[in-house]
Amino acid sequence: MTPDFDVEPFLLSFRLAAITTVTLFVISVPLAWVLSRTRSRSKPFIEALVSMPIVLPPTVLGFYLLILLSNRSPFGMFLNEAFGLELVFTFEGVLLASCIYSFPFMLQPLQSGMEQVPVKLLEASYTLGKSKLETLLHVILPNIKPSMLTGLIITFAHTVGEFGVVLMVGGSIQGETRVASIAIYEQVEMLDYGTAHIYSFILIAFSFTVLMTVYILNHRYRISG
Amino acid sequence: MSMVIASLKKKLEGADGAFMLETNVEIAQGGITAVAGPSGSGKTTFLRMLSGLTSPDEGMLEVDGEVWFRGEQGKKPGINLRPQERKAGVVFQGYALFPHMTVLGNLLYASRNREMAEKLLAMVGLRQLKHVRPSNLSGGQKQRVALARSLMQQPRILLLDEPLSALDENMKAILQDELLKINRDFGVTILIVTHDSSEMYKLCDRVLLFEKGQIVADKSPRKLFIERETTQKFAFKGEILEIRAVDAVYIAVVAIGNNLVEIVIDSEEKEDLQTGDSVIVGTKAFNPTVRKFGKSDFDYSRL
Repeated sequence: MTPDFDVEPFLLSFRLAAITTVTLFVISVPLAWVLSRTRSRSKPFIEALVSMPIVLPPTVLGFYLLILLSNRSPFGMFLNEAFGLELVFTFEGVLLASCIYSFPFMLQPLQSGMEQVPVKLLEASYTLGKSKLETLLHVILPNIKPSMLTGLIITFAHTVGEFGVVLMVGGSIQGETRVASIAIYEQVEMLDYGTAHIYSFILIAFSFTVLMTVYILNHRYRISG
Repeated sequence: MSMVIASLKKKLEGADGAFMLETNVEIAQGGITAVAGPSGSGKTTFLRMLSGLTSPDEGMLEVDGEVWFRGEQGKKPGINLRPQERKAGVVFQGYALFPHMTVLGNLLYASRNREMAEKLLAMVGLRQLKHVRPSNLSGGQKQRVALARSLMQQPRILLLDEPLSALDENMKAILQDELLKINRDFGVTILIVTHDSSEMYKLCDRVLLFEKGQIVADKSPRKLFIERETTQKFAFKGEILEIRAVDAVYIAVVAIGNNLVEIVIDSEEKEDLQTGDSVIVGTKAFNPTVRKFGKSDFDYSRL
């Protein structure tokens, strides 16, 4: 059998990863800011909830999302009737699932970065008349560049690498939910090892490059610190 | 007219239990007031209550005729301006410069007034270094940037938390002169936390001495240190390290600060003294004398 290379699963994976990364960055920055400064008792609850995907098998998350989003659940019905949103076996559904699945990979680096910014810098900014938002944008974020970079890159790479949740919520619909990791699984099932090798090798090379970039950049920041 | 009227109360957790920080002071416009006392006595908290970074439990704070805080015990304060709304310049211990901004950037972050920034940088002698980042500055230079930055918004009061304690003596003296100049040129009322009695004497017209949250002395440095019941024309506190007999007299080795001195004492003086005693070394008829540290002597470790 000659290898049957198709670039579409990769484009789909990268599109999914890019949108997930941007969405999670926008959500995580304010949440990390609140979590890094709060002494509220609900903090461990929120932290544990957001971190669940790290320890939970992706199939568990995928299973409940599937049930929740399907047309048979009240929530899924509501989404369908009110917004015409069909989230099972669609790109949008996979996007929602991967946002939940990759959330901790964005939130945790941002939160720990923000926790390490000295309180004095924030207080100095406040006494200079700057609001919390101005302080976040002009003092906090520029001082946690390595953490931001880690969050962005790892979230992107982690989304490209996810399999279980996508399979449960999205299935394998060409051009819609068949991302690179699913495509490999399908090729192996069809005993097309040649194509599976090519796809896998591309993902290995990608993952290695991404991780090495993170380490090089972090190392550089630490030196120039 | 009083610039600052602060009658504030706050419960603090100290090393040996909770205590009450209580201040009832009025500070005149334009002076430099030292806030002194041992660590944990409430000095820094007092400054933080003025700047709005820490909320008092109750009391009233008025600065330049404007109420910054008013509140009753156990209730949400009626007035409690946020730090952003208070016209207080703050120089933090450890400077708190923004590491990702240049010297000029640090000043312009406070206010976009470029002319003001250039003027302040010229005044503290940092024009050459305005495009340098804080990590490349010496301690004295950082302190000058912090000072200049705190003046960018033309504050009514300037609060300095041990601004010079990390600097060497030479740099201290230079910056003390600059502080005097800032006080004179800007007419800004300054409160400064310091442990250094000579700094208080040189800079300040008034010393508030804190002890366990209470202001136990409120005097001019001259009154506090020099014009005491026992005259201290020439007197140093020290500790006896050794007393040894030489012929008919004794020689005491006394540590005064980092200096070790030998002083001849007679057998009568020797009766009263032993190794390890805290003593006052003074003069009597041009001869050095050693006597035991007494209650009427000012204990500089209280600063």
